[in-house]
Order: sequence, then C-alpha cells, then structure tokens
Amino acid sequence: MHIAEGYLPPLHAAAWGVAAAPFVIHGARAVVRQVRDEPDTKLLLGAAGAFSFVLSALKIPSVTGSCSHPTGTGLGAVLFRPPVMALLGTIVLFFQAVLLAHGGLTTLGANVFSMAIVGPWVAYGVYRLTRQLGGGLGLGVFLAAALGDLATYCVTSVQLALAFPDAASGIAGAIVKFSSIFAITQIPLAISEGLLTLLVVRLLVRISPDELRRLRILPAASATPAASKEVDA
Amino acid sequence: MKRSTLLNWLIVVAVLALAAIPVLFVEGEYGGADGIAQEAITESHPDYQPWFSYIYEPPSGEVASGLFALQAAIGAGVVCYYFGVARTKRRFAREAATAAAAAGGSANVSDRPQPVDARDS
Repeated sequence: MHIAEGYLPPLHAAAWGVAAAPFVIHGARAVVRQVRDEPDTKLLLGAAGAFSFVLSALKIPSVTGSCSHPTGTGLGAVLFRPPVMALLGTIVLFFQAVLLAHGGLTTLGANVFSMAIVGPWVAYGVYRLTRQLGGGLGLGVFLAAALGDLATYCVTSVQLALAFPDAASGIAGAIVKFSSIFAITQIPLAISEGLLTLLVVRLLVRISPDELRRLRILPAASATPAASKEVDA
Repeated sequence: MKRSTLLNWLIVVAVLALAAIPVLFVEGEYGGADGIAQEAITESHPDYQPWFSYIYEPPSGEVASGLFALQAAIGAGVVCYYFGVARTKRRFAREAATAAAAAGGSANVSDRPQPVDARDS
C-alpha cells in the first residue's frame, strides 16, 4: 500500500523524487547492461519484473483487520542485484498510479524510494549476509524477500511521519502511529512474500539451474549430476 | 510424491492459510492500509488538503478490481511463460543428451552437461 496521490506536501514529494531519480536512471542502465551482457537471462529478468507485477496487485487481508499487498521486489534483487529493480519497481508503481488510482504521480518519488530502492537493497543485503553466515540458498531467499518487503513499509511510515509529525509526540510518535498502520499489517504479508519468493527460487533451481549458475546464485558446477543433487537438497 | 514437491505444496498451503486466518478470526473492515493512513492524516492534520488528484480513476470498485486482476494476470502469464520455456528447453537438452549418449558413448560426455542451447526460443 503506497502513499496516495497528493498526500505528501509538494516539498516532500519533490525531495523524494530528487532522491529516487538517480537510482532509477542507474537502474535503467543496469537493465540495458544486463540484457546486453547476458542475453540468455533476458527472459528471467522479465519474469522477475512480472513477479513484482503479480504480487503488488494482490491485496491480502492481514491480522490488523485491514489489507495490504506484497511488493515482489526481493526476487529480482537477489537474482539480478538491486539496481535493476529500481527500474522494474518504478514501472509497476507508474502503472498503478496512472491506471488504478493506487499510489500516485506526485508521490511516485517517495513510493519508488521505499519499494524500488530501499526494499531491494535491504533484500540483497540480507541475502548476502545470510549466505556469508553460512545460511542456505532457501533461508537466504526467504529472509531477503520478507525483510525487504517489511523494510519498504517501514520507509513508507517514516516518509509519512516526516510530512505529518504528531502534534504532541512529534516525528517519533508519528512513526509509531504510521508503523502500526503499515508495518504491523505487513508482517504476515512479508512472511507470505518470503514463502512465495522461496517457492519461485526452488522451482528455478529445478528447472533452470544454468541461468542461476550464470547469475552466480548457484555455484558454477562442472557437471549436471551435481546440479540434480542441488535440487533435492 | 517427491519430498521437494511436497514441500512446495506445503509452501502454497502456508501462504493461503496466512491470508485466510485473519479473515476467519479477526473482526475488521479489511479496507486498504493506505486508506487508513489517509484517515489518520486527516485526523491529525485536519487542515491538510491533498494538492493533486488522480489523473484517471476507475469509475467504480468493480472496474478497479478488474484492472487489478488484469495486472495480476499479465504478471502471472509472463512468469508462467518463463517456466514453460525453461522446462521445455531442459527437456530437449536432456533428450539430446540421452540420444548423444546412446549414439556416441562416453566420447561426447563433456558437452552433455551444458545445455548451451539456452537461447531464447
């Protein structure tokens, strides 16, 4: 659930736009480079973007008695590194702002910053950290997607708190208030997103291990038997 | 059923349960979190006026839900297309490998493991 159209003061809206723009431009270059350097992974890149398209269309009920939707940006961030998701996430947000009256054009910068920049980078950081600490691929992917999703909505809460500080308790109080609306609602959804991303990666390991090796998600193995072992692990 | 396939189905069931449990056990209006945030803003800052409105708004909830379904359908279509292509490619590679092994014996083994025909179909 993104910040609705017109619900950030002009100065805030412009500042988030300025902050997000370089990431999106860098992301566009990253997409072009990925397609040019590794054309074999083009289709998978499209699928990663499409995954975000599906998940952000699904409004799912949560324990707070309200609905929100996952972001789907963790998968692409882990597979292709975060910059590409800056562009792909922006496309998703733009589509929803223009056609679905969800999110908004004036709040696009802020929403891009939370969903297409911070979310993917947190996901990628969590993934790398988990792997370095000896966690398996599955655990790394699950934690990455879940925490990336949660981070997106924590950023949204902070963005709204900065624009609308509480009269009595200030920005800190407003962060708590908006977090109780966005972040708490998001916890079960973040777990769902972690599980769905894990499912997709498990299917990818089984069906396209070669692409995963090219993206260095799976270690470069010398022969197929090792790969089939990896699938069952 | 293979153990990993079973685990995949368990993941699907867990996701469905996570969505179903709140609806079954928690009372609520199940409005969008973004709408609730808007109410909170209006409550704490009654003088704030949204300074821009949507350039296009679906005329009704029904039309909006249709567009959301369309978005999900397009996304799911692309994801499933990928899996279909990847799976077929892998099957062809395996069949070619089996055929090569049957015809050429161990001499060709080195080029068997890499299905280099991973070009886009």
